[in-house]
Amino acid sequence: MSEKQTSPGLLGWIDARFPLTKMFEEHLSKYYAPKNFNFWYFFGSLALVVLVIQIVTGIFLTMNYKPDGEMAFASVEYIMRDVNWGWLIRYLHSTGASAFFIVVYLHMFRALLYGSYQKPRELIWLFGMFIFLALMAEAFMGYLLPWGQMSYWGAQVIISLFGAIPWVGDSLTLWIRGDFVVSDATLNRFFALHVVAVPLVLLLLVVMHILALHEVGSNNPDGVEIKKNKDANGIPLDGIPFHPYYTVKDILGLVVFLILFSVVVFFTPEMGGYFLEHANFVPADQLKTPPHIAPVWYFTPFYAILRAIPNKLLGVTAMFSSIVLLFLLPWIDRGRVKSVRYRSTAFKILLVVLVISFFGLGYLGALPVDDTRKFMARVFSIGYFGFFLGLWWISKNETTKPVPERVK
Amino acid sequence: MSSDEVDSNRRRFLTAGTVVVGGAGTIVAAWPFLSSWSPSARARTAGAPVQADISKMQPGQQLIFNWRGKPVWVVRRTKQDLATLPKVDDELRDPESRESIQPPYAVNEWRSRKPEYLVVVGICTHLGCSPTYVPEITADWEGGFICPCHGSKFDYAGRVYQGVPAPTNLTIPPYYFVSEGVVMIGEDGAAT
Repeated sequence: MSEKQTSPGLLGWIDARFPLTKMFEEHLSKYYAPKNFNFWYFFGSLALVVLVIQIVTGIFLTMNYKPDGEMAFASVEYIMRDVNWGWLIRYLHSTGASAFFIVVYLHMFRALLYGSYQKPRELIWLFGMFIFLALMAEAFMGYLLPWGQMSYWGAQVIISLFGAIPWVGDSLTLWIRGDFVVSDATLNRFFALHVVAVPLVLLLLVVMHILALHEVGSNNPDGVEIKKNKDANGIPLDGIPFHPYYTVKDILGLVVFLILFSVVVFFTPEMGGYFLEHANFVPADQLKTPPHIAPVWYFTPFYAILRAIPNKLLGVTAMFSSIVLLFLLPWIDRGRVKSVRYRSTAFKILLVVLVISFFGLGYLGALPVDDTRKFMARVFSIGYFGFFLGLWWISKNETTKPVPERVK
Repeated sequence: MSSDEVDSNRRRFLTAGTVVVGGAGTIVAAWPFLSSWSPSARARTAGAPVQADISKMQPGQQLIFNWRGKPVWVVRRTKQDLATLPKVDDELRDPESRESIQPPYAVNEWRSRKPEYLVVVGICTHLGCSPTYVPEITADWEGGFICPCHGSKFDYAGRVYQGVPAPTNLTIPPYYFVSEGVVMIGEDGAAT
């Protein structure tokens, strides 16, 4: 085990100069993951695949896109109509954005189900949350680039959110826009951030997320630490090497994912106005807000919280805290039992409340406001925040089922 | 002083000194980059006043002009429109426009130089959408402006109703009447 292996030929030559085999073993062929991964464990590797899709298609889009207030809208139409396969590259990128959030939300829900954020995986969760944050910034800035009506007014609203901060708010929004309204200056800087800065941050965070995971080891649906039971060679008894076992499993997930992804790309790339909003097929008009503006579906839950409160500062505060609370989850949950399988009924009820509230808010956030919907949005907001308060409350002295010693 | 002894005080001083100088240098170096995000000289000078022809406006009509990239509305209010203003005072957040932005000559019950013409920046004070002109009167609506984004409501003088997210009344830009039918938006003019 311990003596340095020297393979002959090219690999040996490389290994003497770069830790190729060592890294392959550490992260794939000798990274021991619990043997009981289920459906919920597809989404980490799928997120990685979507990231690659976004980077590759994004690079090709920049080759024809013009980040200019006068030319942006037309250049996107040019990509769609005149560039060979331009429509496909753009639809892959726009569908990829929505797919990214679907996959990441499911990935996060997995962490909630099985307590993957709990000690000792707090940092994995934090890095993951920063990835989520970077992803939201990336999606928001990318959405401005087609320079349609929804791009323009969506950006106007989101940037104005920072205006609610006392004292510095107005100067801050001016600084972010680089002009008195959303303009060419804003478009240009968002392009730079979307194409260069945020992707770099995202890649760095993904590396840190995975390094932290491989340091501690993966959690599993039973929430049992497999490193507690090792054989004579120091290999976890309930662990199997990630490669080939989970690479093969993940390829299956990938095939199913790509089938669904292709169905959307080829048959319904606009997804009825949810993936690409109808108002965005009209060029940006500084003087006219579309009669109904809503963010893309992945922001609607947070947007609904903002709208539920009839006060600028409080609304913005509530919206930002709905995300900050997620960051604090490892410390809000004071329980010791990780997996939902062995946690109390109260926990299961809270989880159901969270899911219903999240879907409810997401549904309402996409619709125009009226009094009934505002009331419902408030109910769901209470449900959303109630999850965190309730979790903090019940997890102190939770009656749990006995957790098995080993993975079942 | 012997050369192989470690003087930890000196070492600590040098470390602290390096951190302070390096930190200060980093902050100074960051300034040009952060400052480059502020509106450029070109963006700052692009705020020229706009001349608006309102001579052909009908009572109840709204015109939209582009001033500094922002929509500025001119609304020719009818007598009935003006009559609604005192009626809704109790339902407003800032009926006397104390917290809101407007030139001194617009601090009055119509928020305008001439009662008939409202000149206002059509940007919601909540999150910057442009509200819609809704003159149709219904049982619980006296007419005015409603923001499509988050449902903020404003009366015929751009004053915000209570119970909506917008914190203040719509902003009144500086303006003056060049003649009976022409408004200059963006300048106070000589006579106030």
